[in-house]
Amino acid sequence: MAEKRTLGPAEEIPLGEGRTYSVAGHDVAVFRTRSGGLYATQARCPHKRGPLADGLLGPTSIICPLHEWQFDLTTGSVIHGECGIAVYPVSLDPEGRITLEL
Amino acid sequence: MSKQSLVVIGNGMAGARTVEEILTRGGPDMFEITMFGDEPYGNYNRILLSNVVNGSQDASEIFLNPLGWYEDNDIRLHAGERVVAIDRYSKTVTGAKGTVVRYDKLIIATGSRAFIPPIRNLFKPDGSLRDRAFAFRSLDDCTAIIRAARQSRVAAVIGGGLLGLEAARGLLAHGCEVHVIHIAQALMNVQLDMPAANMLKTSMETLGVTVHLGAITESVLGDQQISGLRLKDDTEIPCDMLVVSTGIRPNSELGRECGLTVERAIVVDNHMRSVDDPNVYVVGECAQHRGMVYGLVAPLWEQGKVLADHITGADAEASYQGSKLATKLKVMGVEVASMGSIEPEQPTDEIVQFYEPRRGMYKKLIIRKGRLAGAIMMGDLSKVAYLMQAFDKNTPLPEERLSLLFDIGAPEKGKSLEELPAELQVCNCNGVSKRAIGECVARGNRTAKAVMSATRAGMGCGSCKGLVTDLVDLFCGGAMEEDPTLHYYVPCIPLSKPELIAAVRAQNLRSVSAVFRCLAQGGVEDPASKPALASLLSVVWKGDYEDERDARFINDRVHGNIQKDGTFSVIPELPGGICTAAQLRRIADVAEKYQVPLLKLTGGQRIDLVGIPKEELPHVWRDLAMPAGWAWGKSYRTCKSCIGIEYCRFGLGHSMNLAVALERRFRGLDSPAKLKLATAGCPRNCSEAYVKDVGAVAVEGNKWEIYIGGAAGSEIRKGDLLCVVDSEADVVRLAGRFIQYYRENAKFKERTYAFVPRIGLEKIRAIIVDDAEGIAERLDTAMAESAAATRDVWLEGELPRTQNQFRTALPVVDSNHG
Repeated sequence: MAEKRTLGPAEEIPLGEGRTYSVAGHDVAVFRTRSGGLYATQARCPHKRGPLADGLLGPTSIICPLHEWQFDLTTGSVIHGECGIAVYPVSLDPEGRITLEL
Repeated sequence: MSKQSLVVIGNGMAGARTVEEILTRGGPDMFEITMFGDEPYGNYNRILLSNVVNGSQDASEIFLNPLGWYEDNDIRLHAGERVVAIDRYSKTVTGAKGTVVRYDKLIIATGSRAFIPPIRNLFKPDGSLRDRAFAFRSLDDCTAIIRAARQSRVAAVIGGGLLGLEAARGLLAHGCEVHVIHIAQALMNVQLDMPAANMLKTSMETLGVTVHLGAITESVLGDQQISGLRLKDDTEIPCDMLVVSTGIRPNSELGRECGLTVERAIVVDNHMRSVDDPNVYVVGECAQHRGMVYGLVAPLWEQGKVLADHITGADAEASYQGSKLATKLKVMGVEVASMGSIEPEQPTDEIVQFYEPRRGMYKKLIIRKGRLAGAIMMGDLSKVAYLMQAFDKNTPLPEERLSLLFDIGAPEKGKSLEELPAELQVCNCNGVSKRAIGECVARGNRTAKAVMSATRAGMGCGSCKGLVTDLVDLFCGGAMEEDPTLHYYVPCIPLSKPELIAAVRAQNLRSVSAVFRCLAQGGVEDPASKPALASLLSVVWKGDYEDERDARFINDRVHGNIQKDGTFSVIPELPGGICTAAQLRRIADVAEKYQVPLLKLTGGQRIDLVGIPKEELPHVWRDLAMPAGWAWGKSYRTCKSCIGIEYCRFGLGHSMNLAVALERRFRGLDSPAKLKLATAGCPRNCSEAYVKDVGAVAVEGNKWEIYIGGAAGSEIRKGDLLCVVDSEADVVRLAGRFIQYYRENAKFKERTYAFVPRIGLEKIRAIIVDDAEGIAERLDTAMAESAAATRDVWLEGELPRTQNQFRTALPVVDSNHG
């Protein structure tokens, strides 16, 4: 039973960066890649709770700023590290606002 | 002779592996093979389901045999069709969709299913589990658990055995709060003794799992949706999803219905044949051999081999003798292995034990008649491979028992690798021996990656990857081939740094995204390469390029050093460590106003305000009203000094003046790695200038020695004397020329202590001091332009570059930071 939440205008997130939102008790990091992708994940790295929104963003992956664990944004699976992360469906509504499904 | 019909009921690991073994023993010439599987897939590696749940592997990665494998081997697969009856009289099996197949030989490999205890309100009227309650047994279970976990806040796991704990860790990775409810007084009570179980409990709690022991779940709460659990002692645990992992039950009904002897499972002889029917074999978790039913993967491999030997006649005497049980817990950050007996069972049994709970270390061996009867290892699994081998092969143990627990005075690694027996099974998941790895290298595979994909070694649980890599290197005679990307500036662009600089200039590429677009393989961005390219563009174009902030590491976006809790440190400029009373007072005022958690004198003679949240940085900078100290980046950092000739009775030069001049020149300058400088007023070296990236030491006769490539960090190296000059101005000029040469030629993150020996001191001296390549003037100009392009980045506090720049990535709702 997915719950949709509108977070704000997409322009809040500069291209190639992430931003953290608190949504219904969940901390969610939302990313806008330079190739046009929009992704949402749990906000903290499962390793040492690093802020993923502060990480380095690729077309489909994010690198945590603390110890360089890297995750696939499309599936949440781990690329470098030992476990994956939660990912959430996210899209833009007709007004260009970020809409998250929890 | 026409082929016999071989029917295999069950397409899990046991059934498929046994068929693989039969195929390698001439099976294709003897049998027409038909397989039935409940699940609509090829077969997959069930022991890796935990990895699918915790996200470290994708479901697609755990398939052992894709559907194409069946076709390639002429196996008729009825996927998704359950067998409902065996008729031993007519020798036929009947599927749920009406398929009837006659057999000459039958293999039952129906495995087991999750045992679900009778808990009130856990089931739907039709007997299946209610919504958001799951068993943890199949790929479909995993997919459903992941989907539910993403929508859940609190998950409960009933069962604190191996699988339950792995499930709990997986749920944690999806952001759930997790409770484990375990009926016994100890976690993993089958494999661990009390001290080990207590330490495991602490470890799980440290990860964030709440553990309830001696807890019997009486009912599930909630009418429409699960809202919690009630325990027998009336404790209520709120949760919105539930995973039940309370053991397995063999699927032996088919055997019972067709008249085979079934106790806990279908009873077999030493050839893995039913004791009632020579044409019916049973393998895996639905087989009971000498009273034992095995739920682990290793026994199943052994059974499959014996069965294949016997059914094909490859070895009609093949006989299964039972298996020894060893397990490892696959929970990240928790190292646990257990094998055999966990307590002494005979009066003469010897116990060897080491217990250090503070560090989570526990090692216990049960030794019977000089051989290993069992072991528990926690916290350090370095000896486990050896112990498992000794346990499995029942080899005599060395008299020096201590060496069983620790590597003490062990022979060097290369030697001990050579000593490992050729038949040693290196990869226990895929059964790859040391010999097989050697043969694979001999066939021309010269990298660890190639050997792993060819042999499948290391492709199971992955715990042997390090050993496999070491062995590949050994078999390559220490000349394992390295990755060619090592020589590239960044792995995604096949160019060295000077080549890349030339390409960037030639194509006039002025942003990191343009470099990726025009030069990277496939034009694809590689996030790990972004900071290296940003640094390079700054060297090439000075200030004149498009500064895409996302290409920078977070430190360089917000001009502070990120700390383990996601806050930042603020270090204002104090050249040479010289400060005024007013500056100190202002720092103190700021520290109080912002309740700075830590105020610390740094190793670079400055003052660090540690623990500033990102959103506070602009305010702190404004109130400090001091320039940035550049203490966060791959850049010039600091120049230490002693008080020098002005005050010191031994001083020979103006070390403070020189330090200030160097800092004014180089502050804000990007660099391949951090640059730490120092000036010393005399060779007593109080400011440690001999061990700096660039150090200047005053010597008698109004001269300065310039040292380069020194280090006193993780690497300790005295700098090399580059030259002796006559003035402070010459120090600034030659240091600048060297730094510019380093900026243009060093790999990203290559400190000067590695760069100088790599290029060679003589060559550097020839270029920098003697201008042997005629580039000195160009280097000086480039340095001057670069220095002119720097500015105080803390001014961005007043005018952020993006609206995201100083926004927190640590929401206040977080309990640890509320």
